Amino acid sequence: MATDQPVKKTGPEDAPGGTSGSALVHFDQVVKRYGDHTVLDHLDFEVQRGKHVTLIGPSGSGKTTILRLLMTLEKVSGGVIWVDGEPLTHRRTPGGKLKSADEKHLRQVRKKIGMVFQQFNLFPNMKVLQNIIEAPVNVLGMDKDEAAERARGLLELVGLSDKIDAHPTQLSGGQQQRVAIARALAMRPEILLLDEVTSALDPELVAGVLDLLRDIARSTDITMLCVTHEMGFARDISDTVMMFNEGRVIESGTPEKIFTAPEHERTRDFLGAIL
Amino acid sequence: MTFDWSWERAQEVLPLLLEGFKITLLATVFGIALAAALGLAVAVAGRAPSRLVRAPVRAVTEFVRSTPLVVQLVFAVALFPGTDPLYVGTAVLGIHYAGYTSEVYRAGIDAVPRGQWEACTALSMSGRRTWQAVILPQAIRNVLPALGNYAISMFKETPFLAIITVSEMVRQAREYGAEHFYYTEAFTLAGLIFLAASYPTSLLVRSLEKRLGH
Repeated sequence: MATDQPVKKTGPEDAPGGTSGSALVHFDQVVKRYGDHTVLDHLDFEVQRGKHVTLIGPSGSGKTTILRLLMTLEKVSGGVIWVDGEPLTHRRTPGGKLKSADEKHLRQVRKKIGMVFQQFNLFPNMKVLQNIIEAPVNVLGMDKDEAAERARGLLELVGLSDKIDAHPTQLSGGQQQRVAIARALAMRPEILLLDEVTSALDPELVAGVLDLLRDIARSTDITMLCVTHEMGFARDISDTVMMFNEGRVIESGTPEKIFTAPEHERTRDFLGAIL
Repeated sequence: MTFDWSWERAQEVLPLLLEGFKITLLATVFGIALAAALGLAVAVAGRAPSRLVRAPVRAVTEFVRSTPLVVQLVFAVALFPGTDPLYVGTAVLGIHYAGYTSEVYRAGIDAVPRGQWEACTALSMSGRRTWQAVILPQAIRNVLPALGNYAISMFKETPFLAIITVSEMVRQAREYGAEHFYYTEAFTLAGLIFLAASYPTSLLVRSLEKRLGH
């Protein structure tokens, strides 16, 4: 499914044909540089609809950057990201060519994608309920009562029904992250990005949040891209695990293969160091 | 001028001073309201993606902050002859202070964590809604005490309005003095009235700071 072989180095203008097959997410020769530092080097991979993909690898290997590019928090330096056959990072001109996306295009395409952050990023000036219904009401135009009803359902799912009127500051880190998960799900994203969602939590709160995400992974058809250092969790939920090193996918496969019989020495070292 | 105090003169001048104090208060309240609103607009415009918006806004605030209030007052009165100097003066106070409050807001906006902006993006919120529902409520909460301090500072600068013939309190005191050749009572009382108004306000600002956890 994924490859680290940059076969052809083409710019977006040469390849406006879209994505091959039925991939929901397609990174097409994506390059990301910060100044002289190349974080992603002609990265090429696909994620099929409904699959759960976990990105592992040492810090600074570009995993989080992938999620941030997909969420349109950052701009690509080269290549194209396709979502559901449409360019995310670019828009089509009437002539069929691709141009860099403007804010209007980004606002349209990013609705399919939701993200949960390491630092939760709940809005401290809103109560829990308002945090969850803010975007459904004001972005999707959902009726306020309907949004509130769905929010109640989501809070039940994440086990926080009694916190609906709480302020985020009154919640523990684990509770805040559950609300953040409910908030992301309230937008009914097709793709959910999880960026080290338990890294900022106290150790005793990690398991609860991971159990919740396991449930969600099992019971929904949301496509998930997940950056984590929790290898047990990665093994449980993933269809594919991708090992990153220095901006490249050096190995990818089923969790069984990656965790029990990694081919690449760098993968063995990495897993040996953290398991 | 020796310090000889007469309670009679004090009684005589007090109503005049209170009359002036009304003007002082009026200029301060409307001035700070204007400074608060305009400063916010300037701070938000200063973050506009387009340089065409940022550059002129920047230039005007630099100009306002680099010239003395008195000069601006006299200049504005000359620019709008026939308009009540109280109105002109209040507007100038507001614009002058907007130059400072905009910086306060800017710092307050900068203090909102980047994660808040990113959460808004991740929820596909519009720029307008991001500002309105998330950034500004947090930023304004951050800067309320600083705005309170500017309100006090503006209050104490209202005597400059006397230069453009606004009959605020200090002008009343001076006129009384010029007429009767006794300045002591008028200026002492004026000072006490300023103190009586400023000090509780600054206590209020301080308790606000504490409550907001500054």
